[in-house]
Amino acid sequence: MARIPVQFRLNGDDRAEFIESGTTLFHALRDTMGDMSPKGGCHQGSCGACSVIIDGELRLSCLTLAETCEGAEIETIAGLGQDRVLHPVQRAILDGFATQCGFCTPGMVMAAKALLDRTPNPSREDVVEAISGNICRCTGYEPIIAAVLAAARSNSQNAG
Amino acid sequence: MSLALSTFASAKEASVALNEGGARYLGGGTLVVRAVNEGDIAITGYVRTTDPALTKIDVSGQRARIGASATMASIARCPELETISRAAKSVGGPAIRNMATVGGNLFAPAPYGDFAVALLALGATVHCADADLSIDDFLADRDNSSGRGIVTAVSFDIPAADSFRFLKVSRVKPKGVSVLSIATVIDTDAQGVVANARIGLGCMADRPIRARAAEAALKGQPLTKDRIAQAVAVIGEGTDPITDPIASGWYRGEVLPVHFSRLLLS
Repeated sequence: MARIPVQFRLNGDDRAEFIESGTTLFHALRDTMGDMSPKGGCHQGSCGACSVIIDGELRLSCLTLAETCEGAEIETIAGLGQDRVLHPVQRAILDGFATQCGFCTPGMVMAAKALLDRTPNPSREDVVEAISGNICRCTGYEPIIAAVLAAARSNSQNAG
Repeated sequence: MSLALSTFASAKEASVALNEGGARYLGGGTLVVRAVNEGDIAITGYVRTTDPALTKIDVSGQRARIGASATMASIARCPELETISRAAKSVGGPAIRNMATVGGNLFAPAPYGDFAVALLALGATVHCADADLSIDDFLADRDNSSGRGIVTAVSFDIPAADSFRFLKVSRVKPKGVSVLSIATVIDTDAQGVVANARIGLGCMADRPIRARAAEAALKGQPLTKDRIAQAVAVIGEGTDPITDPIASGWYRGEVLPVHFSRLLLS
């Protein structure tokens, strides 16, 4: 199959690659661009492990074709944190023991970041809603919810 | 294996391309890419259009027109569509709502397609590249695009806030796949007597269907527990509830009258 060019910004860096037409963003990121942070769970849009942020909106990379992202700004968990300092959501998940096997964590963190980017001071219901498309079979969700709320508090304290 | 994506500037060009074998229209990807990932070899390629008109939401007076590529999230955010936003919010989690489109929802097989259930109750018109259809006619033959082309928009009269009801029942909270969904648009007169009713049901067939017997039974009745009894008794008439890992058809049929009654009295 003919390969086609795609260009977008990935975690702040301009990227241009050749991919097969119809390749999902998930496979383009992992197989072509070397970003292994989105995880492949169900490939059906049910688990949320592959969640990334595209132009500010949470989306599923397993159901998104890479060529539909031409010119887009794409964020994955690999781009969070700067100079080895974790993003507040990552820090809160670590501090709150909100990860066990870790497979859902990249998607959870991106879902939480998408929420906090729009709603800096979310309610518990907002958090539950925000991660409702992400499945975790380890934690029972409560530590994750608490971590996202803690990250929001941390953000607001730092902003103040 | 990936399948080639063909992009066209207009809906008519995309419609022509769809006539060529097993190509499928790509909206948000939540149905078609999912099917390809699952190994559906009947799909031989993707077709889409980048026509910006397909993503527009226009509200003029009490009439709303929603482009087929408008997402559930964009509908849920639209202040003029607040009356029906709960139906859009009921679809999937945030990531799915940012991707899933109105056009795609019309084709979603049960147990999906909750927004289409609302559109059925609203008596929407489905606008296609080459024809406009009532949603009843569209759903009856939705897999056959010959003569109509791809869906470009839906339009409907925005109901009064107290006449539109919507319920999605799922086992997983806050968001799960439907056990069933019910949407009603019920107009009452000054005395509270039902003048007109349209009822859409999800998961009661392979696609959204009307509950015509219950609609007829509600007409002329006030929405009180005693007077809705006949409508509740016939709500399952003509249904063939689906069986899947979420619930058996028997269970869905048994709980439908309970949820319908609660919805009417809510």
